[in-house]
Amino acid sequence: MATFKDFRNTVKPNWCPGCGDFSVQAAIQRAAANVGIEPNNLAVISGIGCSGRISGYINSYGFHGIHGRALPIAQGLKMANRDLHVIASGGDGDGFAIGMGHTIHAIRRNIDITYVVMDNQIYGLTKGQTSPRSAAGFITKSTPGGAIEPSLKPLEVALTSGATFVAQGFSTDIKELTALIEAGLNHKGFSFINVFSPCVTYNKVNTYDWFKEHLTKLADIEGYDHTDRNLAMQTIMQHDSLVTGIIYQDTATTSYQEKVVGYSELPLMDIDIKMSEQEFTALVDEFM
Amino acid sequence: MLHQLSWKVGGQQGEGIESTGEMFSMAMNRLGYFLYGYRHFSSRIKGGHTNNKITVRPTEVRSIADDLDILVAFDQETIDVNYQELTEKGVILADAKFEPVKPEDSKAPLFVVPFTEIAAELGTTLMKNMVAIGATAALLNLDDEVFQNVVNDIFGKKGEEVVQKNMEAIARGREMMSELLGERVGEWALAPADGKRRMFMIGNDAIALGALAAGTRFMAAYPITPASEIMEYLIRKLPKFGGAVIQTEDEIAAATMAIGSNYGGVRAFTASAGPGLSLMMEAIGLSGMTEQPLVVVDTQRGGPSTGLPTKQEQSDLMAMLYGTHGEIPKVVIAPSTLEEAFFDTIQAFNIAEELQLPVILMTDLQLSLGKQTAEPFDYSKIEIRRGKIVTEELAESADKAYFKRYENTADGISPRVLPGTLNGIHHVTGVEHDETGKPSEATGNRQTQMDKRFRKLEALRFDQPVYTNAPHEEADILLVGFNSTRGAIEEVQERLNAQGMKVNHAHIRLIHPFPSAEMAPLVAKAKKVIVVENNYTGQLANIMKMNIGGHDKIKMITKYNGTPFLPGELEIKVKELAH
Ligand SMILES: Cc1ncc(C[n+]2csc(CCOP(=O)(O)OP(=O)(O)O)c2C)c(N)n1
Ligand code: SF4
Ligand SMILES: [Mg+2]
Repeated sequence: MATFKDFRNTVKPNWCPGCGDFSVQAAIQRAAANVGIEPNNLAVISGIGCSGRISGYINSYGFHGIHGRALPIAQGLKMANRDLHVIASGGDGDGFAIGMGHTIHAIRRNIDITYVVMDNQIYGLTKGQTSPRSAAGFITKSTPGGAIEPSLKPLEVALTSGATFVAQGFSTDIKELTALIEAGLNHKGFSFINVFSPCVTYNKVNTYDWFKEHLTKLADIEGYDHTDRNLAMQTIMQHDSLVTGIIYQDTATTSYQEKVVGYSELPLMDIDIKMSEQEFTALVDEFM
Repeated sequence: MLHQLSWKVGGQQGEGIESTGEMFSMAMNRLGYFLYGYRHFSSRIKGGHTNNKITVRPTEVRSIADDLDILVAFDQETIDVNYQELTEKGVILADAKFEPVKPEDSKAPLFVVPFTEIAAELGTTLMKNMVAIGATAALLNLDDEVFQNVVNDIFGKKGEEVVQKNMEAIARGREMMSELLGERVGEWALAPADGKRRMFMIGNDAIALGALAAGTRFMAAYPITPASEIMEYLIRKLPKFGGAVIQTEDEIAAATMAIGSNYGGVRAFTASAGPGLSLMMEAIGLSGMTEQPLVVVDTQRGGPSTGLPTKQEQSDLMAMLYGTHGEIPKVVIAPSTLEEAFFDTIQAFNIAEELQLPVILMTDLQLSLGKQTAEPFDYSKIEIRRGKIVTEELAESADKAYFKRYENTADGISPRVLPGTLNGIHHVTGVEHDETGKPSEATGNRQTQMDKRFRKLEALRFDQPVYTNAPHEEADILLVGFNSTRGAIEEVQERLNAQGMKVNHAHIRLIHPFPSAEMAPLVAKAKKVIVVENNYTGQLANIMKMNIGGHDKIKMITKYNGTPFLPGELEIKVKELAH
């Protein structure tokens, strides 16, 4: 069985020292090993951004695509090979700005993949512009007078979009984050995990200390039940989304693929694709 | 006896105009006639003039007829808009319900038949189209039995009584019309057909069937005219083959999902029209850069923007060739008949996998939606080639070195290992990368990988990149086109050659990379080259000039009003340019 070390490759990440993304990478590697995945049975599909580089830093199949499109690529791959474990990941700009349409529809569609967002409330790779996750008033290169728009609430959006698994982690707490990703990988359906992953270079407001001060663990909230959707919504609204843990899980869900009529039990990639003459003639006859 | 019949039914959209045309066509198809049907419609569901023009011949029919023999009208607009197409022998059959008026200068007689009233007497006005079919049958002297099979097929599910009623409606229509016609019954009868069974389908059917025969198991698409039928066919059929279709949130998702699925080893594709193609451009570049196979069907319609969404145009050509930023190798194929549409779709999948690049299969609205007869496709000609997919087990590499997915091979085509394969791990990225897929901006590597990617095109195998009918060693004119203009050009070539001109014809099937080796000699043999296309700027003419020169002799005939070329108008224009 593979250990987390087997998910390491020889590439040295080009992230800034102290970037939150290092820990997210480590948590994915540990979680994959913990749930018993072999490196060749994992594919990490990432978007474009500092965070998007992650697929190149994990010893698994990896696809670094185009900005905002990690999710459709990942869903297409999972449809092709249902035996493969597929993780999509990227930044807050990638998933909540340019790729927001895909995020909502991937959540609704509920294909069995795991989506890990490295949320640093800023555009890192393009050197510090505002993100949909930046708070109103946040000063960046593109918002010298402070951001005018309020910050987007991905957890609320996920819940109202019919999510079957929603979690939030903090990159410093690798132990909790690993457990969240494990739960996501084990979930039968689409699992959405938002991770506070501080950008030490461009975000001087939402720092490690800031998060430590503001975050509440759901585990510490008495009576919290992550199978109760109403309670989940209420709690995140009360805490301005600054919570970590599994926020909501529909354990009774069946994934999109279980519901597609006729969809092969065998991975599509393994089906013999040549049609028989008999099958072909029957199709042609329908036009005669 | 007629050797060609041109029949048109028209009315308001949503009133069963389509099914009237369908019923008549199916019956004629089963008698062994050749057909070419073209629908005029607009992008609304109810209301608005629509018509279906069907050209019928006992011999091969390649294009929409210039004129009209029979016009069946369910409203006055149908008469007003179409009567000028009628020939000297033409007739108008109109429903009494709207109190039809014959235009003053119409030479064609107007026969008023109570289509709706008869249908109502039989139980439902829905059957008015069957009454109209019966009236047509009187003109053509067709037995009611001719329709029995078709009626069984269409209404059989609804029970014997419905079948009976519909047959009765046909009989009543015929009787009523026969009375009105008197001695003229059967005056529009067609020369008999050979009785052979042929397929009757639209171009999109041929493409969808081709995709299935090519082994596609996944399609991701977003609805759009005139592409949706491809998706709808696969939604019906793929479950029987274990596959699936996802209707995505947009065309960006459609193209990238198809890329993800191809990456996973499944033949996946998407189909759209101009607006969707525009959205897919970045994804097409990703397919080129990451060397993941991708098949995109573009069914051209009137652009730009929403343009003329239900009308014929061929104006996406340049976008398909050059729409993506940066430079990637790609292949663009333009079938011009049903048979080509079917086999070119299979070729598109083969080429995409063999060369590991995007292939765009382009059609246009006339080819995609025009309904034609064709001989059944030959199963034995279906060939599936998947290229360098690694199927053997791979040995463990020393110190976790990644698999060389982008190995700089002699032909530029690298081994393609699929996710899941033991010891095949590698990286894929749209960033410039080295042989294992790791990002690399080194100048030497950049050059090597660019050269490698483009070298793949040298391995392209494509049978008959140009359809040619060039009987003249020295021609006055070479007519050139692509996609659906083929029939009209063939017809014009035949007419002009019969008039003593020397006309050759080349229809370009492999648009990109441009088949210069085939086209240059044809151009050299002609005094003038006339490129016929449904766009404003003469995109194909420009592509030809760019690739093989001939600026002084290449002329063009363009049409961009939303309607297809008819042989008659094309003949006149070619003659004008010839002198
Ligand atoms: C279509 C497109 N538009 C813009 C860009 C430029 N771009 C690259 S990454 C990025 C945003 C990065 O922010 P985020 O997704 O939050 O990732 P981070 O770098 O913060 O991890 C932008 C705008 C691009 N690559 N592609
Ligand atoms: S710029 Fe910010 S997000 Fe990017 S690597 Fe540096 S710290 Fe991380
Ligand atoms: Mg960010």
